[in-house]
Amino acid sequence: METAIRVRDLRKTFRVPERDAGLAASVRSLVRRRYREVHAVAGVSVDVAPGEVVGFLGPNGAGKTTTLKMLSGLLVPTSGEVSVLGHEPSRREKAYLGRMTLVMGNRNQLQWDIPALDSFELNRAVYRIPEADFRRTRDELVELLEIGDLVRKPVRTLSLGERMKAEVAAALLHRPQVLFLDEPTIGLDIGAQKRLRGFVAEYNRRHGAAVLLTSHYMADVQALCPRVVVIDHGQVLFDGGLRELTARFSPHQTITVQLATPGADLSGYGTVVPADEGRVAVQVPKAQTSAVAARLLADHAVTDLTIEDPPIEDVIEQAFADRSAVAS
Amino acid sequence: MNGLPGLYSVVGRTAVQTQFQYRTSNYLFMLGMVAEPVVYLVVWQTVADAQGGAVQGITAGDFAAYYIVWTLVRNMNIVFTPYGWEDRIRRGELSGRLVQPVHPLHFDLAYFAGWKVVVVLLWVPIAAVLALLFRPTFDVSPVEVLVFLVAIWGAYLIRSMLLWVLGMVTFWTTRVSALYELYFTAELLLSGRLLPLALLPAWAATAADWLPFRYTFGYPIEVLAGDLTTAQLWGGLAAQAAWVAIGAGLVAVVWRFGVRRYSAVGN
Repeated sequence: METAIRVRDLRKTFRVPERDAGLAASVRSLVRRRYREVHAVAGVSVDVAPGEVVGFLGPNGAGKTTTLKMLSGLLVPTSGEVSVLGHEPSRREKAYLGRMTLVMGNRNQLQWDIPALDSFELNRAVYRIPEADFRRTRDELVELLEIGDLVRKPVRTLSLGERMKAEVAAALLHRPQVLFLDEPTIGLDIGAQKRLRGFVAEYNRRHGAAVLLTSHYMADVQALCPRVVVIDHGQVLFDGGLRELTARFSPHQTITVQLATPGADLSGYGTVVPADEGRVAVQVPKAQTSAVAARLLADHAVTDLTIEDPPIEDVIEQAFADRSAVAS
Repeated sequence: MNGLPGLYSVVGRTAVQTQFQYRTSNYLFMLGMVAEPVVYLVVWQTVADAQGGAVQGITAGDFAAYYIVWTLVRNMNIVFTPYGWEDRIRRGELSGRLVQPVHPLHFDLAYFAGWKVVVVLLWVPIAAVLALLFRPTFDVSPVEVLVFLVAIWGAYLIRSMLLWVLGMVTFWTTRVSALYELYFTAELLLSGRLLPLALLPAWAATAADWLPFRYTFGYPIEVLAGDLTTAQLWGGLAAQAAWVAIGAGLVAVVWRFGVRRYSAVGN
């Protein structure tokens, strides 16, 4: 497979000082400092093809952001191999930095006191973008992100959502071929999240850029990522499609029915779980879904029936809860 | 304009735009800063008057000239400080610059150079008031003006490089304020900031000749307000060039090792 990102056995270990609480421990640490090794990333291997959008999922402290920082050249790996667009990121070659971008939800790339348009101009100079290309890309980004009215105001006067969209525009002016997006929708309202997701999808479609995205919002992942990499304790637990993730970690489906005559006891069909008023939901093993649904339809006057996989949040939670099973 | 000149032009303009938004705070900052040389000036003029009009040949008018030029040189050699580096490293603020294909030093050099435009505009009326109050004695040739115009940028570059190197110590430890204070104390005494270097004991003046500090303060001031020979004028520029080269070399080496230790925390 042609790869935009190739990672093999990537590791990052931080050496952090530690001491017990209290004055005595403080004095002791003057003489002898104690350190602990934290294995933030412990052997990650992954390939991402050009134009592929991959969701990078995991709980806080799983190693997602550390991995992105190593892929973008911010951090030097302790060991392992990384190649992005044929470059070794830790060498921070200009040819590489000019072809990728890193967007962090809490990072402020724009100049605070001047309009975003002036910050865009700054990035034009940084990335040495020819004037005509710059204008074309800038206008396209402004249109796609619907920020025409905002880019002339000083950045400090923008709302978080407005500023984030302007940040994203600034980060993409040089048309990077690899996007590392770390929680790009954090803190945004639902509408702004949706627009930003639509924009990332459109950018990926138009420019064929590879995207590696971390997010705690499953809506981001479901909307953008046909493939997810689940990471915990610095190791990859799962790498595959969302549907496959659900199949692997959630062996159940939920059948929800609306009965013409409410009140029937459906506990004989599966585990009854909470449902909207007027409906009854039963959780059944996936392999038995069709048979149970058929029995329900045969035994009761059913006016409506739906079969659903569990929410992706629940699947992920299940994956982390059952880590040992996952690893096997 | 493309390449590095284009970057310097855009970043410099950004600095001008930003600093004009804070013109009142800039002015107050400058007024506060002027207090320092005025104190030195009043003290030395008092000593000169008490000693019959001059201290080791430096008259009250010479002191006035020295400390008025001091105010311009001081404004010109304001650069990114090591204290700013503590924020950069501890809060991960360097991350944004590290993922861009330009060495972060260029941003600082360009930004603070642009800031000088604002500073000089604000400085002119302050200098005029100081001149009216303290009656400086100037005897300046066109060559000295030309050398001064180069020397103030030399001072700016040397101080930028040295404080960058000092700031980068933060890559190894984020608690280095004491080290900075040591540097600033040495600079205060051996640069010509506290007093003209001609008033130092001979051994200290010799040490100052071999250290970078005087080329960031005393030398450019003396070019305009002192009585340097032609050889001293050009020799000073050569020394500045050497210190810029040394500073750039140190920045390159320390950066190479330091940036590998960057942990991008807080971001």
